[in-house]
Amino acid sequence: MTALIEARDLTLTFGETPALRGASLTADAGEVLALMGPSGSGKSTLLHCLAGILTPDSGEVHFNGRRIDTMNEAQRSELRRRTFGFVFQFGQLVPELTAEENVALPLLFGGTRRAGALAQARPWFARLGLDGMQRRRSGELSGGQAQRVALARGLVARPQVLFADEPTGALDSLTGEQVMELLVGTAREQGTTVILVTHEPRVAAYADRETVVRDGKASTLAAERIAP
Amino acid sequence: MTLLGLLEREPSHGYDLKRVYDEFFGRGKPLPFGQVYATLGRLARDGKVMVGEAEPGDGPDRKRYVITETGATEFESWLTEPVAPEPSLQTVLFTKVVLALMLGRDAQQYLDAQRAAHLRRMRELTELRRTGPLVDALLADHGLFHLEADLRWIDLTTARLDAIAEAVRS
Repeated sequence: MTALIEARDLTLTFGETPALRGASLTADAGEVLALMGPSGSGKSTLLHCLAGILTPDSGEVHFNGRRIDTMNEAQRSELRRRTFGFVFQFGQLVPELTAEENVALPLLFGGTRRAGALAQARPWFARLGLDGMQRRRSGELSGGQAQRVALARGLVARPQVLFADEPTGALDSLTGEQVMELLVGTAREQGTTVILVTHEPRVAAYADRETVVRDGKASTLAAERIAP
Repeated sequence: MTLLGLLEREPSHGYDLKRVYDEFFGRGKPLPFGQVYATLGRLARDGKVMVGEAEPGDGPDRKRYVITETGATEFESWLTEPVAPEPSLQTVLFTKVVLALMLGRDAQQYLDAQRAAHLRRMRELTELRRTGPLVDALLADHGLFHLEADLRWIDLTTARLDAIAEAVRS
């Protein structure tokens, strides 16, 4: 199978600090891949490179056969808007908007008219156990509820890839499990590939496979590296 | 003690005890009939259960077992007694790492392989808790938290491997 996403030998330095030092990985279509590693290992930086948010100093990032590290900002922005979804540690909802407007945002940015976008956003609330909360603003939602709204926003446009950076990092165990259930369940239903950054083993256990990032280098699953 | 607890719920036949035990606690390892009756015999001898008259019906044993006051008191005290926390200070994981470092072998490679094996098991348990009944999920969660604790230890050890190697070899 050809990989949907492939990173080859990425390096990226912030000032004097090397964040990536030859990181490579692949992810197949529909796969849930966990990027694990200690704080400061470069796993979030790697995710940002894969998502076209950061450009590596060297190396290549391919998505669906297209090289994205050489695209200009407009092209990458277009790709992120049309093809990728994002969920971050702290929901990062827009506080001035209602929950349903937040969910509808990717559709609105993608050119869907407001009424249509909201109509597509609404069914997500029942699905995520948030019925009745459509009109609430982020200040009126608990952490777990806000994160589920953020998850709906990440998936509403049926992205090919969902990039999730510590999506349960700010939640307690039970709420975190619920968010992961929904994230992985919905992604599998939609056939969305998930790149999941986490330092929590129980979160990584929802993934099909994990890649460990250490000192800016990503190694494939240890079990694959070591002879049986 | 589990059988005693099941009898605290209701007087039962040996066969019923085995069935309920297997359903909730067996986890793929059914309790042999012999063990059920041996245990019940011991509990009766110690005055913790009483054996009723044989009842007519299918099968060899139709005796009903009833928990006694002594049995109920012992069960009650067992149920509320915390289990001794076992710090497992000499785990195989620890021994392998220290020996690998002592002998100049690749401890990192072992830790990586162990990490992958742990995560593989965690994935299986996660699948079980997602798809199985709530009681199974409860047990899977217990396993997941323990494996996670091991994994955190593996990660911390991996991060400090050079320093530990120095300490072991000096």
